[in-house]
Amino acid sequence: MSTSVDVATPGTVLHDEVVDARAPWARVIDAGDTLRIVDLEGNQAVDFLAYRAADPTERYSAPDTMVEQGNIFLVTGSRLISNEGNPLMTVTATTCARHDTIGGACSQESNALRYGFHTKHQHACVDNFLLAHSWRGMGKPDMTSNVNWFMNVPVDDDGTLGIVDGISAPGLFVDLRADTDVLAVISNCPQINNPCNGFNPTPIRLVVWR
Amino acid sequence: MSNTGTTKGAREHARAQAGTATRFRPTIPAREVADPPPGVPAEQLLWADLLGPGDYAARILPRGATVQLVDVDGDACASVLVYNAVRPIERLNVADTVKVQWQAYLGVGSLLLSDMGRVLMSIVGNTGGAHDALCGCSNERRNTDKYGTGGAHGPYPNARDRFAVALAKYGLERRDLAPNINFFKGARVSENGALAFTGDASAPGATVELRAELPVLFAVVNAPHVLDPRPTYSVSPLRVTAWAGEPTGPNDPLWTSSPESERAFLQTEDFQ
Repeated sequence: MSTSVDVATPGTVLHDEVVDARAPWARVIDAGDTLRIVDLEGNQAVDFLAYRAADPTERYSAPDTMVEQGNIFLVTGSRLISNEGNPLMTVTATTCARHDTIGGACSQESNALRYGFHTKHQHACVDNFLLAHSWRGMGKPDMTSNVNWFMNVPVDDDGTLGIVDGISAPGLFVDLRADTDVLAVISNCPQINNPCNGFNPTPIRLVVWR
Repeated sequence: MSNTGTTKGAREHARAQAGTATRFRPTIPAREVADPPPGVPAEQLLWADLLGPGDYAARILPRGATVQLVDVDGDACASVLVYNAVRPIERLNVADTVKVQWQAYLGVGSLLLSDMGRVLMSIVGNTGGAHDALCGCSNERRNTDKYGTGGAHGPYPNARDRFAVALAKYGLERRDLAPNINFFKGARVSENGALAFTGDASAPGATVELRAELPVLFAVVNAPHVLDPRPTYSVSPLRVTAWAGEPTGPNDPLWTSSPESERAFLQTEDFQ
């Protein structure tokens, strides 16, 4: 079973869970604790939202994060910046070379545009996020911009961009240290029409450690 | 000199102020604007305003309306958010906009896509060089770091708070502020992912024209681009004009400009 992947963490494990392929997940990560996301089987996009737990009006902002570091790719050392300009989390380590934050989250509606109306009823990340939000009295206005861990979205010189074959592999991970109490919301991406999941959505492992 | 110590004196004083000369103001009614865009009959004008540095405006526009943004002196930065005016829970999604069109940079023929897979607006004119769909806008913290103060009440108002106020007047909340796009100031991505500010490639008088493909709530803030390296709060006037017209139809080359475009227009036409 894929959970045998070695994910030994430097600290005390507070929570350890395997999230099914295609499933949503949400949890508050206390300030100072670290969320480790493990790509168990390789090339599994993990769509990710983060909110200040005390006031979710303040949330992860892709533009502010990219502007702060002057680069579109998330790497070790990247800070996840909020829409008010404050750090929410820091990428303290990652064994995947880089991660995406311009590609957004797949939805039934955007799938219909990208692949055709026959994909309209397929499961999608936006549906996962809306469901996870519904558990907390949050909703569609709370979906603004997101990270796609382990997803590969290059931009060519002429501006052409696209989700291309992944650069992740089984057992690669990213560590996210919470810089304040953070509500983390995940969609384990169910996309089957592009290579972000190798056309085969798979489980991920989530470990919270201190 | 009026006496403002009495109600009638204060009323006289207030009424005497009308017509005070000032550059940055709307023309109401818009049809009376002094110099409408060439070829646009005055009776079709819906909106005419001139925004100074840090100013904002928001307006509901009917399907088919064209909004013209003019970079009057060549150093404006028009930050824009767009919502479906009928159901504002549907709004501009810049990630879908660049992903669905396989293109990070905006130009003539670009569609501003909603999070419901529909076309909110299409870019039908552009003499303004590079624009930006990646960098978002300033917030109070960033302007305070850069200019010493960033509050909306001060000399260097941040765009985010401007949007919050503009949209609150239409019943939207702070959490409804999604990433925006910027016209007249650009940014480019290099192969290693680095973001570089391209500045303003446009000449004074450059224009961008956007056609509303649905009834839209259109909000615009004229404030320095978040990557603008200048230490001063530098932004020049932005003229906003809108007039009535027809939305893109199936015979327009834009409708079939790509398979994604055609499906987006079909989903837009399908909106109820």
